[in-house]
Amino acid sequence: MKRELMKFLLFAIPMLLLPLALQGGYMLNVMVFVGINTMLAVALNLLLGYAGQISLGHAGFFGLGAYISGALTTISGLNPWLAMPLAALVVGLLAFGIGFPILKLKGHYLAMATLGLGIIIYIAFNETVTLTGGPSGLSGIPNLSLGGFVFDSDLKNYYLIWFFTLLVVLFSLNLAGSRIGRALRAVHDSEVAARVVGVNARLLKVQIFTLSAVICSLAGSLYAHTMTFLAPASFGFHFSVELLTMVVIGGLGSVYGSFLGAALLTLLPEFLRAAHDYDIVIYGILLIVMVMFMPGGLVRGVPEIYRKLASRRGNAADA
Amino acid sequence: MAPGFHPRGKMQFDHILQYVLSGLSSGAIYALIGIGFSIIYNATGIINFAQGEFVMLGGMLALFFLQLLKLPLWAAIPCAVLVSAAAGLLFERLAIKPLRQPTPINLVIITIGGSILMRGLAMLLWGKDTHALQPFSGETPIGVGGATILPQHLWILAITLIIIALNKYYFYHTVSGKAMRACSYNRRAASLVGIDVRRMVLISFVISSGMGAMAGIIVAPLTMTSFDVGIMLGLKGFCAAIIGGMSSGMATVLGGLILGVLESLGAGLISSGYKDAIAFIILLLILFVRPQGLFGKSDTERV
Repeated sequence: MKRELMKFLLFAIPMLLLPLALQGGYMLNVMVFVGINTMLAVALNLLLGYAGQISLGHAGFFGLGAYISGALTTISGLNPWLAMPLAALVVGLLAFGIGFPILKLKGHYLAMATLGLGIIIYIAFNETVTLTGGPSGLSGIPNLSLGGFVFDSDLKNYYLIWFFTLLVVLFSLNLAGSRIGRALRAVHDSEVAARVVGVNARLLKVQIFTLSAVICSLAGSLYAHTMTFLAPASFGFHFSVELLTMVVIGGLGSVYGSFLGAALLTLLPEFLRAAHDYDIVIYGILLIVMVMFMPGGLVRGVPEIYRKLASRRGNAADA
Repeated sequence: MAPGFHPRGKMQFDHILQYVLSGLSSGAIYALIGIGFSIIYNATGIINFAQGEFVMLGGMLALFFLQLLKLPLWAAIPCAVLVSAAAGLLFERLAIKPLRQPTPINLVIITIGGSILMRGLAMLLWGKDTHALQPFSGETPIGVGGATILPQHLWILAITLIIIALNKYYFYHTVSGKAMRACSYNRRAASLVGIDVRRMVLISFVISSGMGAMAGIIVAPLTMTSFDVGIMLGLKGFCAAIIGGMSSGMATVLGGLILGVLESLGAGLISSGYKDAIAFIILLLILFVRPQGLFGKSDTERV
C-alpha cells in the first residue's frame, strides 16, 4: 500500500509542478487536454482492461456530459457546479438502464452495440438544434468559478482539470486494488468461474459500465466549462476509437498506462504538426502493431524489452 | 367522403411507393454488405469491422480506374473488385493470421485498426472530396405506378440478384463452398475431415471484400463516394446481417431490404436528419430482444 502511495506521489507531484517548467501558455493548454483524456482513458480502461468489456461508444458519454452541462448553464442559467453533478446523474442513470441489456452481449456484439449507441447519441447532438446548437455548435458556456475566483486562464484551468484527473486516478487505483478490482479481473478471466465463487458478474459489469460513463460525463462537463464551446465533431466515432487507442497503447488494466497512452496521443499531433492528416493512419498502424507485438501495452512491453536486452547483454558478457 | 380526399390519398400512396422503391435499392446494398459480414463470421467467428472499408475501396477504385486510367466502365468494375479482393487477402494475411492471441477484444481492436488505416490511406491517396461515379446507363427516370426510379436502381437490384445467385451456387454446388459451410458448422470437425480451415478463412475474406467492393461500386452513382463512406455503409450492412441472424443467405437479404425500406420510410415520413439513427435503433433492439435475428430459431445463442 505504501509503495502504491509512493508511486502515486511520484506521478502527482511532477504533474503539479509542471506549470513551473512550462513557460508558455500553449503547452499548458495542451496539458489540460492530456488531463481530460487521461480521465477518459482511465474510465474506459476500468471497463475494458479490468472488466474485459469493450465499449466503442464512450465518446457519446463524454459528449452527453459536456452538452448537458453546456445546455443547463447556457439555456437554464444554472450554476456550473450544479450542472456537473446533474449531468453525471443523468448519464449514470442512462448507462445503468442500458447497461443491463447491452452487457448481456459479449465480444464483437458488445462492440457493435456500443458503437451503435455512440452513433445514435452523436446524431442526437447534431439534430437537437434547440438544445445543442446542432452542427454549428454551442457557445457561451460559462467558466467554473469559486466565489469571485473564475477559472478562465490556462494556468487556472490546468490546476482545475488536474485536480479532478488526480482524483480520478487515485480513485481508480484504489478501486483496482480493492475487492471489487479483484472481482472485476475474475470476471475478465472467466465470467463463469467468477459467478461460481459468488461474484454477481452481471450486476458488477453494469456497475462498472455506469461508473465509467459517469467519469466520462464528469470529464465532459469539465471540458465544456474550460473550452466554453462545443461542437458535435469532438464526440463522434473517431474519438471513441482514439480513446480505445490510448488504452491499448498504454496497457489494458493499468491506470498509469492510460495516462501514458492519453499523453502520447494528445502530444503526438502537437509534435507532428505537419503530419496532421496522417493521424488516422498512425492510429491504425499503432492499434495493429500494439495488439500484434505488444499486447500488454507500453507499461508492460517496454520493461519486457528492456529485460530481454539486459539479459542478452548479460549473456554476451558471460561468453 | 370529402371531395379531394382521393387525390390526396393517391399522392400519399405515390410518395410511399417512391420511398419503398428507393428503400429497396439501398436495402439491396445493405444486404450485399451484410452477407460479406456473415461469410467471414461463419467461417471464423470474427465480426470484421473493416468490412465497410472494402465498400469504400470499391467505389473509390472504380472511380480511380475510370477517371485516372481512362478505362471503360466494363473494365474498371472488375479491376476495382479484384484490387479490393486483393486488399482483403492482404488484410487477412498481415493482420488476422499472425495474431498470437486471437481473443475477441484483440480481433475487434485489430479490425478497427485495419479499418481506420485503410480509411486514412484512401484519404491520403484520393483526398477528402466527395466524388460521383457515372451511372451505368443514363439518368432518364423510369415511371413505376405514380413513382419513378432511375436506371441505376435497376442495375443495383439486378446485380444484387446475380451475386446472391452466384453465392448460392458457390456454397451449395462447389467443393470449396461446401467446405466453407462445413467450417461454419464446426471448424474442428471440418479440419478433422481434411479441410484446410486457414485456407477457408482466407477465401472468406477474399469473397466478402470482393462483394463489399461490388456493393460500393453499384451504389456510388446514386449516393456519391468519399474516403469515409465505409463506416455508415458497413454498420448498416452489419445491421442487415443481425436482422438476418448472421445468415449468408436469404435471411440477410430480407434483413437488408427491411432495413432499407424502414430507413427510407422513416426519412421521408418522420425526419431525414434521423435517417441514420433508425438503422442503429433497429440494431440495438434486435441485439437486445432477438439476438438470433428476426427469422432465426432461438437455439443459437449469439454471445
